[in-house]
Amino acid sequence: MTEQNDKNFGRRQFLTRTGKAGISIAAAGTASCLLYDAKGPPRQAVKAEELVTLPDFSVPTVTGQTMSIIEGSDRKQTVTKAIELLGGMERFVKQGETVAIKPNVAFARPPMLGATAHPELVAAVVELCRKAGAKLVYVTDNPIDASASCFTLSGIRKAASAAGARVILPKAHHFKHTTLADGKLIKNWPIFFGPFARVDKLIGISPVKHHARAGASMSMKNWYGLLGGRRNIFHQDINTIIAELSMMVKPTLVILDGTEVMVTNGPTGGSISDLKRENTLIASCDMVAADSFGCSLLGLKPADLPYLAKAQIAGAGTTSYGELKPILGTV
Amino acid sequence: MKIVTVRRISQVFFFSLFVWFCIVATIGEKVWQIRGWPVNWFLQLDPLVAIGTILTTHTLYWPLLWALVTVVLTIIFGRFFCSWVCPFGSLHHFVGFLGNRKKKLARKIQLNKYRKAQCIKYFILIFFLFMAAFPSIGVTLQTGLLDPIPLVTRSFQLLLSITDRSVNFVSATPRFYEAGWLILLIFFTAVLFNLIIPRFYCRFICPLGALFAILGRFAIWRIGKNQSECTDCKLCERSCEGGCEPSGNIRISECVLCFNCRQDCKDEIISYQTRPSLAGEITNPDISRRGFVLSLAGGVFVVPAVRLSNKLGSNWYHRVIRPPGALPEKEFLKRCIKCGQCMRVCPTNVIQLGGIEGGLENLWTPVLNNRIGSSGCQLNCVACGQVCPTSAIRPITLSEKLGTDEFADVGPIKLGTAFFDRNRCLPWAMDKPCIVCEENCPLSPKAIYTREEFITIRDGIVTVTKVVDNTIELETAIASDKFATGDYYFAVEDGARAQITANTENTITISPDEKFEKIPAAGDKIEIQVRLQRPYVDIEKCTGCGVCEHECPVSGKKAIRVSAEGETRSADRTLLLKR
Repeated sequence: MTEQNDKNFGRRQFLTRTGKAGISIAAAGTASCLLYDAKGPPRQAVKAEELVTLPDFSVPTVTGQTMSIIEGSDRKQTVTKAIELLGGMERFVKQGETVAIKPNVAFARPPMLGATAHPELVAAVVELCRKAGAKLVYVTDNPIDASASCFTLSGIRKAASAAGARVILPKAHHFKHTTLADGKLIKNWPIFFGPFARVDKLIGISPVKHHARAGASMSMKNWYGLLGGRRNIFHQDINTIIAELSMMVKPTLVILDGTEVMVTNGPTGGSISDLKRENTLIASCDMVAADSFGCSLLGLKPADLPYLAKAQIAGAGTTSYGELKPILGTV
Repeated sequence: MKIVTVRRISQVFFFSLFVWFCIVATIGEKVWQIRGWPVNWFLQLDPLVAIGTILTTHTLYWPLLWALVTVVLTIIFGRFFCSWVCPFGSLHHFVGFLGNRKKKLARKIQLNKYRKAQCIKYFILIFFLFMAAFPSIGVTLQTGLLDPIPLVTRSFQLLLSITDRSVNFVSATPRFYEAGWLILLIFFTAVLFNLIIPRFYCRFICPLGALFAILGRFAIWRIGKNQSECTDCKLCERSCEGGCEPSGNIRISECVLCFNCRQDCKDEIISYQTRPSLAGEITNPDISRRGFVLSLAGGVFVVPAVRLSNKLGSNWYHRVIRPPGALPEKEFLKRCIKCGQCMRVCPTNVIQLGGIEGGLENLWTPVLNNRIGSSGCQLNCVACGQVCPTSAIRPITLSEKLGTDEFADVGPIKLGTAFFDRNRCLPWAMDKPCIVCEENCPLSPKAIYTREEFITIRDGIVTVTKVVDNTIELETAIASDKFATGDYYFAVEDGARAQITANTENTITISPDEKFEKIPAAGDKIEIQVRLQRPYVDIEKCTGCGVCEHECPVSGKKAIRVSAEGETRSADRTLLLKR
């Protein structure tokens, strides 16, 4: 304020200024009252996450039509036959439904190395879903390597898109926290949830692969892809986490591809010499049964994979797959 | 159409093209992804890149021949690049216009007057070029620190990744850059200086502008007055971008050909002409002898001074892991212009622009940081070498990277070697199963292998009180439900062991399939053991890709870390004796 102004300073200006000062004081006081926090931050300063639960995607059991094992070298033919023997895709996917397909796309590897679900197989399942009347088919996974590279190099992006599916790459907003009832490890843990939140059905597709830590990576281990966060720490208790995944995820159907089996150097492979042709493909509503049979392709018994027994105890399925009377076929 | 309108169209066009090239430097097959887009075109047009690498390597790498176009056009027309093409110049131009448009005429004229300090840019140029000039003292290419095209390229790539955070268009997951803050600080400082003096960077700092000024010394056409008399209204200096005094003795070296003077002259005295200005002109850059000698001496002196640290010798920093195809360090530093294209194109975000921990010369050169990004260096990727404008990272093929086909004899390119830190590794230091590193090793056969060991846990020797079928009751209490994970075993003294399938505080249940030769009796000591697969690196096979380091769950300081020993690009950093 200049001197000149001071000369004209009168009652009116004084009152105006006093009024403004009063309003400022009132505003500061109100804000302080509104924001007043007498307790300070709690010990666990992180806000509790809203928890979600993965829906149950399973379909009613039909005795004698739970699992099929098909021999053949052409994946499109074997998977078509396998699903046909279980009652056809119409049993699993109804007109107008939305289906999520979760292939194993963990690594940025070309399909010939067998480290990821085969693109022809994924495309064939997409087509079957579309034929059964699926309105929308998503193909998605939360890979280990860079997701875009994985979907491109594995050939799955191209094959699935061409077959009419929508490929979804994981983004931060897809991850929500979940807690598995009766779980020891999956507690308030982020999972890849977004694409599965609004779908009606869920189909898993995975190759049979050797895995030094877990013994084998098959349809149950495939759900590892749904774990977010620092999921690597679960390797400390791999059997429990795989069993808990089989409790957390209740798929409509799993397809276990043993056409070419990765017998060594898994689960990444990297050489065609790691693969062995077994020409076997399994479709099953019971993934514990599928994996219990599948491990025989690696020369293992169900007892060699402790997670199978754990999953059976938890009620996720049976290791005695013979009791399900799997339907055998050849194409 | 007015010439300034044409200039503005040109600026918008080249600026948009530049932004487009920044966006499309994305791995992928879509139209807006890299495919065949000439994403390095601006860098190739930059004669400072070409001249810098010519000085250091005595060759002109073929894509840099584009610079000849710029050089020839500059010799004919003067500094057209600055006001017509340069994306950084256009940005300064626009921000300077926005920031100063409301100022009074007299103030504007004052802002755009010539300043003695405009000679600084020449000294910067001389300083950088002499750092690159004398092989006997040691050469390093540091023009990229201030060369506007690499500067604006790396800055825009970082800005793009920030912008992309909300839309996830160019990258599915957010990308992170450790040295990003410094690059952006310099970028924004340069841009905000326009609010004080328009085109601050171009007038005072830009070494490329300085080079153009020298090249445009004999420009055939130049701005000048077509008559000697004028009203001296100084309107021509109202929006003069170069600060080149068109009202008086025009300084040709400072003129950036914005044509604003021609536009603003009411009497149409100023024109773009072949004859020298009738009011007189100064064609030579204002380089004092003292300044020249000082900057020359500085340039010559600084290389040995920086290299006192011996970072290129025995004191090399082991965490400077260069991308696959990078030249040996000395050759690499002769070519890298710090443009950040490799960092941008890297699909996993593992390539970072380095800091000074590997020596001052390492600043903003590509270094792999396996703790950032979605995975380490991908086995089947050679993108970085394909985009490198100067071949500091050679454009290798996949066969060369992997050591297949014609490269089978020389073997794969190694970026370094992974080393276990057994004090931090879960199976080694904490008796916990893990081997995430082994799982993710992308090689076949894997460079990480394991040896199975059964280790008796702490307080794991316990006394049996009773045996009922497969359940053994114990004298001492153990942690309940801890040993049924499939990784714990019950071992008797003769070495036979059985997997534990359940346990309570004082019982252990073993699998019914297990058959001991001798059932432990009451009073026997048994051991609770954990089955560990302890990991090892096969140094012959490891390529240093860093996937194991990225995946290691010991997340702070990783329990397996890649260090550059054994990198194939440097003969003096080999680790193993080759026969």
